[in-house]
Amino acid sequence: MANSRFSLLTEAAVGAMMLLGGIALFFLAMQVSNLGGFKRVSGYQVEARFDNIGGLKVRSPVTMAGVRIGEVSSIGFDATTYEAVVTLDLLPEFNQVPTDTFAKILTQGILGEQYIGLDPGGSEQYLQQDSEITMTQSAFVLEEIVGQFLFSKAEESATGGGF
Amino acid sequence: MSALVSIRNLHFSRGDRAIFNGVDLDIPRGKITAIMGPSGTGKTTLLKLIAGQLVPDQGEITVDGQRIDQLSTKELYALRTRMGMLFQSGALLTDLNVYENVAYPLREHTGLPESMIRKLVLMKLEAVGLRGARYLMPAELSGGMARRVAMARAIALDPMMILYDEPFTGQDPISMGVLVDLIRRLNDAAHLTSVMVSHDVPESMSIADYICVISGGKIIETGTPEQLSASNNPWTHQFIHAESDGPVPFHMGAPSKEVDFLGIDE
Amino acid sequence: MNWLASIGHRGINVLRNLARALLLLLAILRAPQGLVTRFREFLAQLYSVGVLSLLIISVSGVFVGMVLGLQGYYILSRFAAESTLGVFIAASLVRELGPVVTALLFAGRAGSALTAEIGLMKATEQLSALEMMAVNPVSRLLVPRFFAGLVSVPLLAAMFNALGVLGGYFVGVGLMDVDAGTFWAQMQSQVDFNKDIINGVIKSVVFGVICTWIALFQGYEAVPTSEGISRATTRTVVHSSLAVLGMDFVLTALMFGD
Repeated sequence: MANSRFSLLTEAAVGAMMLLGGIALFFLAMQVSNLGGFKRVSGYQVEARFDNIGGLKVRSPVTMAGVRIGEVSSIGFDATTYEAVVTLDLLPEFNQVPTDTFAKILTQGILGEQYIGLDPGGSEQYLQQDSEITMTQSAFVLEEIVGQFLFSKAEESATGGGF
Repeated sequence: MSALVSIRNLHFSRGDRAIFNGVDLDIPRGKITAIMGPSGTGKTTLLKLIAGQLVPDQGEITVDGQRIDQLSTKELYALRTRMGMLFQSGALLTDLNVYENVAYPLREHTGLPESMIRKLVLMKLEAVGLRGARYLMPAELSGGMARRVAMARAIALDPMMILYDEPFTGQDPISMGVLVDLIRRLNDAAHLTSVMVSHDVPESMSIADYICVISGGKIIETGTPEQLSASNNPWTHQFIHAESDGPVPFHMGAPSKEVDFLGIDE
Repeated sequence: MNWLASIGHRGINVLRNLARALLLLLAILRAPQGLVTRFREFLAQLYSVGVLSLLIISVSGVFVGMVLGLQGYYILSRFAAESTLGVFIAASLVRELGPVVTALLFAGRAGSALTAEIGLMKATEQLSALEMMAVNPVSRLLVPRFFAGLVSVPLLAAMFNALGVLGGYFVGVGLMDVDAGTFWAQMQSQVDFNKDIINGVIKSVVFGVICTWIALFQGYEAVPTSEGISRATTRTVVHSSLAVLGMDFVLTALMFGD
């Protein structure tokens, strides 16, 4: 056809737009959203048991000194001990986490998402695949704290005041 | 000789305005029939009614034995492949060049191979004398050339009938002459039936076999050009001989001169 | 009595137009084979509707992202929450601004052009000529344009979003010294693929349909005079914008209301 050159250009431009759109969608999926977010480059799993995990979720971050070193890969429940069993997926480059590390469930800001913060101990031995973190601190549940506070106040006034 | 198009008791109105009020008309096969009348009498509307683009309020229109106002869309489209229509502006598709415009109906309605389409398109363009303009875009054509390309497109599928909507309006004398000549030649060479709507009296008189004068929603007179120029119907006489005053008054209805110019109250 | 009648008259007109628009949409959807037989036309329309809108969409995306970065930083830094800047930018773009602003720009850039094109074809009798050549103008003209719009808008919105995030990154990380790792990590942990990205894409598909549909309807029904076409073009932009914003509210309520 006479205008084949024009239509070739048109087709190339349309193809470029399709490609750019595809790249943009891929970028949104992999870089912006949680789909590809945290690369799973075969880290190692360790377990931690908590009395109460509060609002912790699968994929919640695991940090040490504020740096993200892994994420929560699964949350289970032990029916005999009534504890929550949380599996942490730690990145392979952080392979020198002492065995006596202390795991706490913390909250970002006052009302933010919950995450696991690790405080390193002093042991020379390091956590490995399927190790267990024994020292844990449960989630800070606002209602319980408030309840405890009120209860202790009431007790105080009952014993101390006496009128 | 039978009529290709026959119209019986046609009534049509737009809103409250009646455009046709009981029109009867037969258009014979193989001839050029001109429908004439002053501007605004609904000549183009009549063409659209014949082509089935509009549906009459009352009455019947038969084209080649088929009641056009009762056809399904599919049947109507089948019938239209055997009709060509030349619009006032040419109505070429502005995104295609001349060649593609003429090839368009062929590509749409025939499965012909490209080499065949090429031959047909060049033949049709040759017939209107524009084989050399095949790569031009419609915007590069003069009004007369655009109409000729549109004619080539209208005859691309070798129709039985062509409808011309004001083919001479706004043309210079040369391209007017070309168009007059083309309409006559195409009609005779391809055994077409031509229906032409026009208000250009001398051109229409020179090529039409029959002329039908309409005004006020009715047919005033029908006949050959000779019969009409000898007509003693005062209305036809005024129209054919282009007189400024007659049954159609020069002055539009107005208050009397005394009121307007002398300020006299009646 | 008179004003009651005039309200009734307007109401009937609105309903009649809606019904005609619906019929046109049905006619378009009933002839999708036009897409296959007129694939070249479809490509050409993708070019004029999509590719030609790329520039305005890209530039707007970058600037909207940069503004979000600045405003977000000013507000969030007051609460020492700059770390959530990435979330703020990405969520507002992906959920709302991307689809909505893209659709509004599309209505102005491509929708008005579609209306003018179809309206002008009507005024120059090209639509009638097609009908007289026994070619259905809906499948020849409207179907390729409709689907080109439907495909273009989500692609354009995705580009708008991606460039917006990059613009926000440039301001937040490049100029305001937010930590790059936190910027992305927070974004990734808070923006959900299914809930946010997919819903955003669904929104932009719906907006694409609305904008193209309105543009084609206005062109097809335009009064074939210069004034009629200019009015129709204006109506396209106004109606599309209102419909997109209204529909956005409905979709947001349906999608994010849990």
